[in-house]
Amino acid sequence: MQKYDPATEVDFVVIGSGAAGGVMARQLSQAGFSVVVLEQGGWGAYGHEQDYSKDELANRFPAPVDRLMSDPSLQRNTFRRSAAEKAAPGGHNYGCVIGGGTVTYGASSWRHLPWEFNEASTFGGMAGTGIADWPISYDELEPYYTMAEWELGIAGERVDTPFMAPMSKPYPLPPQPIKSSGALFKLASAKLGLTVVPNVAAIITQPYKGRGACINCGMCSGYGCQTKARSSSAVALLPDAVATNKCEIRANAYVREISVDRSGKVTGAVYFDKANNNREVFQKAKVVVLSANGTETPRLLLMSKSARFPNGLANSSGVVGKYLMSGNGGGASALFEHPLNEYKGCVTGAAILDYVPNDMKRGFYGGGRMTARGFTSPMEYGLGGVHGAPTWGVAYKKALIEQANRKMVIANFVTQMPIETNCVDLDPEVKDAWGLPAMRITSTSHPNDFKVMEFFRDKAVEILHAAGAKEVWADGINDSRGGAHSRGTCRMGNDPKSSVVNKFHRAHDVPNLFVVDGSSFVTGGRNHPTMTISALAFRAAEHLAAAAKTGNVKI
Amino acid sequence: MSEDDRRQFLIQAMTGVSAAWLAASWPQIAAAADNSWGQSDGNWSQFAFFTPAQGAEVEAMAAQIFPTTDTPGAREAQAIIFIDTALTTFAKGQQAVVTAGLTDLNARVTAQGGRSFAALSEAQQVALLTAIQTTPFFRAIRDLTIMGVFAAPQHGGNFNKVGWKLIGFDDALNFHTPFGSYDV
Repeated sequence: MQKYDPATEVDFVVIGSGAAGGVMARQLSQAGFSVVVLEQGGWGAYGHEQDYSKDELANRFPAPVDRLMSDPSLQRNTFRRSAAEKAAPGGHNYGCVIGGGTVTYGASSWRHLPWEFNEASTFGGMAGTGIADWPISYDELEPYYTMAEWELGIAGERVDTPFMAPMSKPYPLPPQPIKSSGALFKLASAKLGLTVVPNVAAIITQPYKGRGACINCGMCSGYGCQTKARSSSAVALLPDAVATNKCEIRANAYVREISVDRSGKVTGAVYFDKANNNREVFQKAKVVVLSANGTETPRLLLMSKSARFPNGLANSSGVVGKYLMSGNGGGASALFEHPLNEYKGCVTGAAILDYVPNDMKRGFYGGGRMTARGFTSPMEYGLGGVHGAPTWGVAYKKALIEQANRKMVIANFVTQMPIETNCVDLDPEVKDAWGLPAMRITSTSHPNDFKVMEFFRDKAVEILHAAGAKEVWADGINDSRGGAHSRGTCRMGNDPKSSVVNKFHRAHDVPNLFVVDGSSFVTGGRNHPTMTISALAFRAAEHLAAAAKTGNVKI
Repeated sequence: MSEDDRRQFLIQAMTGVSAAWLAASWPQIAAAADNSWGQSDGNWSQFAFFTPAQGAEVEAMAAQIFPTTDTPGAREAQAIIFIDTALTTFAKGQQAVVTAGLTDLNARVTAQGGRSFAALSEAQQVALLTAIQTTPFFRAIRDLTIMGVFAAPQHGGNFNKVGWKLIGFDDALNFHTPFGSYDV
C-alpha cells in the first residue's frame, strides 16, 4: 500500500471508510489523486476475511482489536428525548472498522423512489417538521444508483411496480432465495392482494468481480462475511483504491478536528493514532472529504471550532447536527405450525411494498417497507426471545423450544420526519474515552410518525394472520434512539442559510470541504439509507474529480 | 425491530450481566477457550472459581433455570463449566456479586432449615429462586446459564451442542434451499 508522510500535503483526506468513504477513496484515487483514508476503527479481517468469527459469544463481545462496531463505553454518547431533559448515557453505536457499517450491515439496498426527492412540493409540508425538497432529482441520481449497483454487486429483481424506483438497468445479480418467511408473505399477499418481492441486497448470489457467492451461512447481519459475499466497502471498494497505489488507508485514526487556515479553508485533519498511544497526527490535505456517518460527521464539524467558525465548521446556517433521522420501526411476530429455519440465509428476507407510497387517506404522511425475517442467533434468542413465558424454568424452556424455529417477524422500515430539534450536538459534561465531548442525541418523533409506526404494526399483525399464523403478537413500536441509519444532520440544499452542503456536497461555508454520507439526506426515504448513500457518493466523487481537474477545486 | 435494534438487543437484554463487564474483560475468553473443559468428566473439584460447595449450589440453580425435562437441560449442557470459566475470565467483574449472592442464598437456605440449596426439594428450590429472581445475583446466574446452554461449545457449555439441538439450530454455516417448511 502507498504510504504518505502526514506532513506531505495529499490531494484528499477522506474521513471514514464506510458506504460513502469507500466510494470516495476508490473513485478519487482511480482518477489519479493522492488520497489518505482515516478510519477510527481497526482493520477487522480486511484482506483475510475468512477469519471473521461466527462465534456468537466472541462476536457480541469482541476483544478490542476484533471490534466491528463502536463501543458506547468508549465512544460514549448520551441521549434524551427533548432539550428539557438532562441526557443520560446512551447506547448509540455504528460500524467502526475498515469498511464502516457495510462490514456488518444487513445489506438491504433499496433505492429511494423518485418522489422521495421532492416530498415537500409533491405532498406539501407539515407543521413542526423541516420537510423539504432535495436539491437533486431522482433522474439526476439514477445513473449513480446504477453505477453503485454494478460496481458494488447488488442482488435483486427489477419488478415493474409503482412501489419500486424505475431502473435504467437491471440488477447485476439475481436475488437472494425466498425463505420460508417470504413464502408466508406470498401466502398472505395472495389473499390480501399485496406485492411481495425478494429483498434487494448487497450480498452477491453468484461469483462477481472475483468474490464468491453467498453460502447462506446465516450468521450474517452483525458478523463479518467470511466469503466476501457481502459487498462491503472493505471488499468491493477499498482494495481497488489501494491497487491504484495512490491511496493509503489508515486504521485506528480517530479524527478530533478538521483544521482551517485564516482564510477559512481546511488544511487537513488532526487525529489520534489509537494504535500508538493516541499520538496526535496532523495529516495535511488540499481537500477534506468528511464521510464519518450521520452522527459522527456533525459531531466532528461541531468539535472543529475556530475563531473563524465559532459555532463549528461549515455551520453558519446553524443546521449542522439538526434534522436527525435515525430510523423508526416496530412490527409484529407470529408462530407458525412448522419450522421456518429462518436462521439459514441472510437475515432480511422478502419485502411487501404496497405501503411504500404516501396515502393521506391513511391519516398520516409517509410509508414504509415491510420485511420478513425470523429466528435470531441461539444465545440472543435464549437470553430474550420467548414470547408470553417466564424468563427461566420449565415454562421458559418449553416455550423456547416450541417457538425457536416457528417464529416469523415482520420488521418495518418507515418514514421519519426531519425535525429541527432532533439533533446531534456535543454533550456539555460527558467526555468520550479520548477526552473529547461526547455525542449527545436528542430525539422524539413527530406525532405523525407514531401513526406511521402504529399503521405498520397493525398491518404486520393482519398479514401474519392472513399467512395462517397460529399465534400473532404486536412487537410494539420503536421511537428511534440513534443507531447506524442516522441521516439528515448536514442536509444538502441550495440555500446556505438553511442547509450545510450544496447539491454536489461542497460545504456552503468552506470551498475545500465536502461532506458525503447519510448526513446529506434532506428527507429520510423509507429508511434503508445505504444504497442512496452509495449513489450520492459516486455522484459526488465524479463531480469532485472533474472539479479538481478543471481547477474548480484547487488541487 | 430495526436491524440496529436487533444488534443492540442482546446488550439491552443483559442488564444483569452487563455488557460492559463482558466487553471490558473479554480478551481472556480466548485463553479460556483454549483450556476449556469441553470433555468434562463431571469432577467439579476442578473449578477455577467456585469452591466445590459453591459449584454444586450454582449447578443446582442452573438446573432450575434451564431444567432437564424430557429433553436435556443446563446440567447436560454442562453450563456450570461455562459459568465457572466465565467468572474467572471475561465475567471476572461479577465475582463479588456472585460470592455475595451465594452467601445470601446460603442464609436463606439455613433460615428455612435446609442444608444446602442443592439439597432442597425441587419445589423449595423454585420457590427460593422465585423470591430472589430480581436480584443482580440471580440475573447474573440466569444469563450465564442461558449463555452456557447456547454459546458455542468451545466456551465450556453447550456440551455436544445439546443447546443448539434443542432449538433446532444447525451450525453448518453453509445451507441450500429449501431452508424451511414453507419455501419448498
